[in-house]
Amino acid sequence: MTSNIESIETVEHDVIVVGAGGAGLRAAIEVSAQGLSVGLVCKSLLGKAHTVMAEGGVAAALANVDQEDGWETHFRDTMNGGKKLNNWRMAQLHAQEAPDRVKELERWGAVFDRTKDGKILQRAFGGHKWKRLCHVGDRTGLEMIRTLQDRGVHQGIKVYMECTITKLLKDGDKIAGALGYYREDGRLILFKTKAVVLASGGVGKIYSITSNSWEYTADGQSLAYEAGAELIDMEFVQFHPTGMVWPPGVRGLLVTEGVRGEGGLLTNNKGERFMFNYLPESTRHEFAADVKEAKEWIDAAIAGQKTTARRPPELSTRDNVARAIYTEVKEGRGSPHGGVFLDISYQDSDRVRKKLPSMYHQFKELADVDITAGPMEVGPTCHYIMGGIKVDADTAQTRVPGIFAAGEVAGGMHGANRLGGNSLSDLVVFGRRAGLGAAEYAKGLKEMPKFKDSDVQAAIEELDAPLNRTEGPNPYDLHKKMNEIMSAYVGIFREASEMKIGVEKVAELKKEIAKVRVGGGKKFNPGWHLCRDLKNLIVAAEAVAVSALSREESRGAHSRLDFPNLEDEKWGHVNSTLSKDGDKMKLEHKPLASMPADLKKLFETK
Amino acid sequence: MTEAQTEPKAPGSRPSHPDITQRKDAWWGEPATIATIFIAFIIYATFRVFENNYFESGNFLSPFYSPKLVFDWWKFSPAILILWIPAGFRTTCYYYRKAYYRSFFMTPPACGVDPYGKDGYTGETKFPFVFQNLHRYFFYLAALVLIFLWYDAVVSLFKPEGGMQLSILSIVMFANCFFLSGYTFGCHAYRHLCGGSLDCFSSCTKAKTRFKVWEFVTKLNEHHMGWAWCSLFSVALTDLYIRQVCTGAANPIILFQF
Amino acid sequence: MSESHSRSKEATLKVYRGDGAQGQFETYKVPMEAGMVVLDAIHYIQANYAPDLAVRWNCKAAKCGSCSAEVNGHPSLMCKTRMDHFEDGEEIVVQPMKTFPLIKDLVTDVSWNYRVNEKIKPFSPDESDTKEWVIYQEDIERVQEFRKCIECFLCQDVCHVLRDHEKKDGNEQFMGPRFLVRTAGLEMHPKDTADRLDYLKNEGHIGYCNITKCCSEVCPEEIHITDNAIIPLKERVVDEYYDPLAKVFKNMFGGGKNK
Repeated sequence: MTSNIESIETVEHDVIVVGAGGAGLRAAIEVSAQGLSVGLVCKSLLGKAHTVMAEGGVAAALANVDQEDGWETHFRDTMNGGKKLNNWRMAQLHAQEAPDRVKELERWGAVFDRTKDGKILQRAFGGHKWKRLCHVGDRTGLEMIRTLQDRGVHQGIKVYMECTITKLLKDGDKIAGALGYYREDGRLILFKTKAVVLASGGVGKIYSITSNSWEYTADGQSLAYEAGAELIDMEFVQFHPTGMVWPPGVRGLLVTEGVRGEGGLLTNNKGERFMFNYLPESTRHEFAADVKEAKEWIDAAIAGQKTTARRPPELSTRDNVARAIYTEVKEGRGSPHGGVFLDISYQDSDRVRKKLPSMYHQFKELADVDITAGPMEVGPTCHYIMGGIKVDADTAQTRVPGIFAAGEVAGGMHGANRLGGNSLSDLVVFGRRAGLGAAEYAKGLKEMPKFKDSDVQAAIEELDAPLNRTEGPNPYDLHKKMNEIMSAYVGIFREASEMKIGVEKVAELKKEIAKVRVGGGKKFNPGWHLCRDLKNLIVAAEAVAVSALSREESRGAHSRLDFPNLEDEKWGHVNSTLSKDGDKMKLEHKPLASMPADLKKLFETK
Repeated sequence: MTEAQTEPKAPGSRPSHPDITQRKDAWWGEPATIATIFIAFIIYATFRVFENNYFESGNFLSPFYSPKLVFDWWKFSPAILILWIPAGFRTTCYYYRKAYYRSFFMTPPACGVDPYGKDGYTGETKFPFVFQNLHRYFFYLAALVLIFLWYDAVVSLFKPEGGMQLSILSIVMFANCFFLSGYTFGCHAYRHLCGGSLDCFSSCTKAKTRFKVWEFVTKLNEHHMGWAWCSLFSVALTDLYIRQVCTGAANPIILFQF
Repeated sequence: MSESHSRSKEATLKVYRGDGAQGQFETYKVPMEAGMVVLDAIHYIQANYAPDLAVRWNCKAAKCGSCSAEVNGHPSLMCKTRMDHFEDGEEIVVQPMKTFPLIKDLVTDVSWNYRVNEKIKPFSPDESDTKEWVIYQEDIERVQEFRKCIECFLCQDVCHVLRDHEKKDGNEQFMGPRFLVRTAGLEMHPKDTADRLDYLKNEGHIGYCNITKCCSEVCPEEIHITDNAIIPLKERVVDEYYDPLAKVFKNMFGGGKNK
């Protein structure tokens, strides 16, 4: 079957942004501000992107609450949280620019909670030394996306809603366009463009228990990989320690870290505050020594006062808390539905409802639990991938000329583990940089590059194939299978023997996905959409499995039972780097750039 | 996205919405109840206005006739001179508007149920409903009337022949004033006038006091519906009680006097 | 936690299949699970009986506002409509939103809303005010309520002005509860300087709203749309266009834009 390419709707923009979450919107706003034409393409309706799920806040060292804070401390916390596997330059730019981006959001209409003296209020979060998260109750992501959305709309950005990009098209080695289809009726659209910014988010749908929505199908990672970019650190998948565990329909749904930031206590079925037993030696001195000191800190935080007491152990980094909960449950100290207890009900119930309104409703309506009256049950859920497309820190450009990436889809910023709140700030800091980078690149091109019709033809055939087959596996079954494989063999705790099975099974699944079939037509057909998404997901599944198997140590979110220790000597200075080599995925371990001396010094002081 | 297509207009012509509603609950219950109460109240009030009798006994004056306006040139019931104020206040009230648009005009009768008559809807943009916008003027007047009602309640504590008394009827009159005040000062228009029109409550000049008032009015306003119903019943019951006292069918039940 | 024991193990759903021109209701049996919501049942139907059943959804946590539909005639988010809230054995009817043109099954074309949004004057602070903003919590509490909106468009769906009287185009366009909420959020922002009253009255036609409050009833975020957004805006329009005394009052006590 051949399609007449001339008949396809064709549009031209200087820059195309794929994904309309925080990073994509911020990038598009920046391109538009540079006076270029920009098309923003998103799989869902505008304003529904996964950013709305971000609850706790955006990390920026404004020092409104804790005056001691500054970008240096934020930088150091980020690097420590990422177990120093971060791209130091990204971490530095992030810490330095986040405060400006937050103030910019405020100028664009975002309405943050306020301190008593009328400044932006900040709350504590895991891994952050000071109270650093600017927030709006527990719906910070929504506030951010609405602010950016409205800003973008009035700036004249052209938005292509419910449109999926299936292929990046090149002219020689540089980007020239993209092919997409509208979900509404399956009709195709061709974009001619000088640059593409990928901001399509993560890969969470490779796991069964996840806080991510259906959109998180590794589109950007896969598109970039196919186009010749490198993926790094794909073994580092963050399992958020507190997802809902009951009822089954909402298993994995996020419970914001804000609950712990506001003083939520983690206990096992014996009533023990078990987090005291899981603090790593290297950061133990930053946390309260006992229940009494932790209580002092919480009381002071509620009253908005200063205290010399140190943070409660519940505010340890996410990788650490997730492992602790997993271990408690495994050793038989879990809650009835296989989690642990998270309790904020000892606080004044009006305050809880005010500070955590959406958590209150989420539990009340979906689990019949009143969080102001009793504890929640929580357990780890797949939440975020630290790895992603390798980019240049300053311009966000990949190694393919004209392809840029920002937000979760990009790798390097968060190293081996991301701190809560650093994602929203990452979106605006690098969204802006990617937009700027793409705009400058596009300005530098004299004429519009041209892609080959034969590439378009091949992409169309691939897209239509599942509808044309008369037999083959059902996409929903294959997706379920992938979830089972990844959860069973490449989950929170990993070991070589299991991961080898995982890698093999992923390879088998990949062959099955090539044969997937679906019925129905092209008119809003979710089964057909899933066929396309599976092609992207399998790239991510393979990347995670292969990278995880290769890293023989435990670091951050990557926990190996067979290699339980941090092996700095051998693994502390390399990124697992993947690239497409014919039909194979090529794995290399490439050295990290080393930090300049002035930044290194920051780690000498406590 | 495609441009909006033209939609089939006739009710029931959409295959996705074949009936006037898919609701299975007794959605008609609320508008039917409200309509019944309204009609009953209107009949009673009209009867009382034109009865033009049994509204004053000693120092007890019916709220339907207060303040009592007696002029030589006016040959009809004095209640007509005054009752248009509370009637207008309630008719233009943001809560009652909802109630009667639903139960009398059926635009719509209930949520997710087809309204009665689809063509020619103009909402509150055209005569007569555009006059709903004058609600605040009725508020000013109703607040004035309310002063007289409080005055009447206080006067009812005094015996016409001198000395004081406390009766159940006085307590009823005070309760009526209490409910009417809660209703009147929880009014949406007043909420706007006292502070709602401000964009800034703290850092701007002259705003702090108005913010405090606004906060209080907001608390009343949250239960405006409750106040509206309680005060409607209390005013009718107060009048009925006084009527019965006037006819001799009941007495004020004096608790103590001196 | 309540886990029901006596309920039957199967639920019956009647789901609309088709587009705006033709279609029919189809009945599916779905096994019940503890804590199940209507969206779970729809997903079960997709995975087991009808892979091409069209439905929008994203977060499945009532935070994104994608899975709007009408369940037993009530405009609701399918992700927060619990299956155990229905009578045992009750047939559950799932329809698309009525107000917007139907694309397929449960998916409607809501692009009209985005076009309305573009017409509202954006947030316009005083550009010359470059100092760090001091805004107190009580100044923005009202605005924060409006900004909870997740744009599920259920209020637009249930509003009879749009749903049945179809005031969506031309000179009679009604902007709808969602965009009155957005406008209220801008108008009441302490740092905003723009004036949207003329737009509200003459283009957004706030007068079409007869405050019958269905928008407030269906709002999954429990925003007091009518009491806190629409009525205060109506009162501001009265100040400007219907009330001569208000001008005098304003001159005496201040108010409106913070000048």
